[in-house]
Amino acid sequence: MHFLRELREGLFIAFQAIRANVMRSVLTTLGIVIGITAVALMATAIEGVTRAFDKSAAAFGSRVLYVQKFSWVGDDDWWKMRNRRDMKAEYAEYLTRSATMIDAVAPDVMTVKDAHYESRSMLNAWVTGTTNVYQEASGTTILDGRFFSQEESDGGRPVCCIGANVAETLFPSIDPIGQTIKVGGYPYKVLAVFEKQGGLFGQFTSDNRVYIPIHSFEPCFGSHRDVTLNVRVANDADMEDAREELRGILRKIRHLSPGQEDDFSINQSDLLTSAFGAITGVIAGVGFFITGLSLFVGGIGIMNIMFVSVTERTREIGIRKALGAPRHSILFQFLAEAAAICLIGGLIGLVISYVLSLIVNQIIPTAMPISVVFIALIVSLITGVISGFLPAFKAAKMDPVDALRYE
Amino acid sequence: MTNSVVINLQQIKKIYDMGGAEEVQALRGVSLQIHKNEYVAIMGPSGSGKSTLMNIIGCLDTPTSGLYEFNAVNVSDMNDNQLAKVRNKEIGFVFQTFNLLARSNALHNVELPLIYGGVGSAERKRLAVEALTQVGLGDRKNHKPNELSGGQRQRVAVARALVNKPSILLADEPTGNLDTKTGEDIMALFEELHAKGNTIILVTHEESVAEHAHRIVRVRDGLIESDENVTKRKFSTAMA
Repeated sequence: MHFLRELREGLFIAFQAIRANVMRSVLTTLGIVIGITAVALMATAIEGVTRAFDKSAAAFGSRVLYVQKFSWVGDDDWWKMRNRRDMKAEYAEYLTRSATMIDAVAPDVMTVKDAHYESRSMLNAWVTGTTNVYQEASGTTILDGRFFSQEESDGGRPVCCIGANVAETLFPSIDPIGQTIKVGGYPYKVLAVFEKQGGLFGQFTSDNRVYIPIHSFEPCFGSHRDVTLNVRVANDADMEDAREELRGILRKIRHLSPGQEDDFSINQSDLLTSAFGAITGVIAGVGFFITGLSLFVGGIGIMNIMFVSVTERTREIGIRKALGAPRHSILFQFLAEAAAICLIGGLIGLVISYVLSLIVNQIIPTAMPISVVFIALIVSLITGVISGFLPAFKAAKMDPVDALRYE
Repeated sequence: MTNSVVINLQQIKKIYDMGGAEEVQALRGVSLQIHKNEYVAIMGPSGSGKSTLMNIIGCLDTPTSGLYEFNAVNVSDMNDNQLAKVRNKEIGFVFQTFNLLARSNALHNVELPLIYGGVGSAERKRLAVEALTQVGLGDRKNHKPNELSGGQRQRVAVARALVNKPSILLADEPTGNLDTKTGEDIMALFEELHAKGNTIILVTHEESVAEHAHRIVRVRDGLIESDENVTKRKFSTAMA
């Protein structure tokens, strides 16, 4: 109880002192404001980008493995990968037959072409040739219509399914289903529109794509293209096991002898996630270092002004001591003042960073988690206590006679 | 118990080390006893050691040698925090320059000793209002020091000194910053407090102020020069 009373008195004095020197307190706490703004804004940005990333990465399908010539992350020599043999669409059938942990395999090939409907055009649409199992293999969701059938796929019929952005661009007002669009000059009838995926990787998702049967793609746009095999792992299978099985089958198809390296890459969204995590980790590390530096400078500012405050109020300290204030009360009083100044700085910093994050949100996604708020406040509190300690200690051990005599 | 000894100083010496071999003997062996409900004036010119004596009596400072018993407790060797406790419970200070906290109102100023004494807020407020009423400022409790006259400020200071019901009231030139009329009012207040049973120690260099006391102790060159009871009393300002 006694402690609470002193706490109240300490805080009361602190706010009285701050109110008496508003301008000085605000200027003093500027370093803390900047430090907290920096750390909160950065944490907010990282959190926001990470969330957006996770959401976007989910668009790739968590149970999908992508067999490709190139690895998504640069863990292999590019030239070595460049000289690998091409992937072939025919592998899909063999993989489906021989693998046990796999639901579906769909090859896809891709090119960039303009798409037109009447006077409207969608420039640089990602034209993707694939088979009827693609939808199942990739885990994408159709909003309206149906994916092309096996007959349409095998027969290379002039049909297509379009992504959300393509639909919005070419058909702003009418239902696209049943209309015929021209892709790279060839007519295709629209069978389905995909659900919008959005996120950071909009261009890699279905949004900007036009899917056509692979047997229609090859005669129109050429067949010597890099093939991706979309492999959907069975529900209850372990990704690692499925990956190993897939690797074994692929090595057999490619006739690799035991000593040879893989001449293909099996990509999955986790790879992106971990690569991304490493990048944000570095950014966070550098950011926190800078933040720490500015908090350090801010803390020195607080210490300096607290020394001034202690000297200015020597007489007050003398009075309090004469009236029976023990050392720890005086110590606490000045610690509370330093901590309060820093906390105010922290709060101002949080408000500023919140407002800034709303602005930044127009460019990159941001999200301020509640943990950032707590961490920022705790950090500013600690900064205040540390930088206020020496001045407060000086005040606490003042001699009452000298302090009372001070002019 | 009426005449029990409150303050017992035996051979008190205070030596200030001025750096190097130089030292100043502010007090050179002072022995003094003050009883309960006495009204004592300590007089002396500047440099006499009067302030040092007051600081030691007020437990703001400790003697270099000698024995100081306060209510039969040895306080000569106490540490900072122990002395703070004695000041808080047993001694009420009234200063020449009032020494109120400028940013706090009268009530909060009077509450201060109670805060450090660990009194709960409701009780604290009740006692502070009571003390302010006793000095005739019950209606000014929400005024800040700069909204009060000099005499009123000194009354707030007296209320603050009384609020903990201390064993002694230690006043250092309490009229030094007041005009004659207001000074007389404050001295009348002291007279009244003495009549109510308070022990008062008045430190001053003015004869006219010291004459209000019943006993005058004169200090010179760090020693007690004379210690006499006053028989001839001024009654003109006895009651406020």
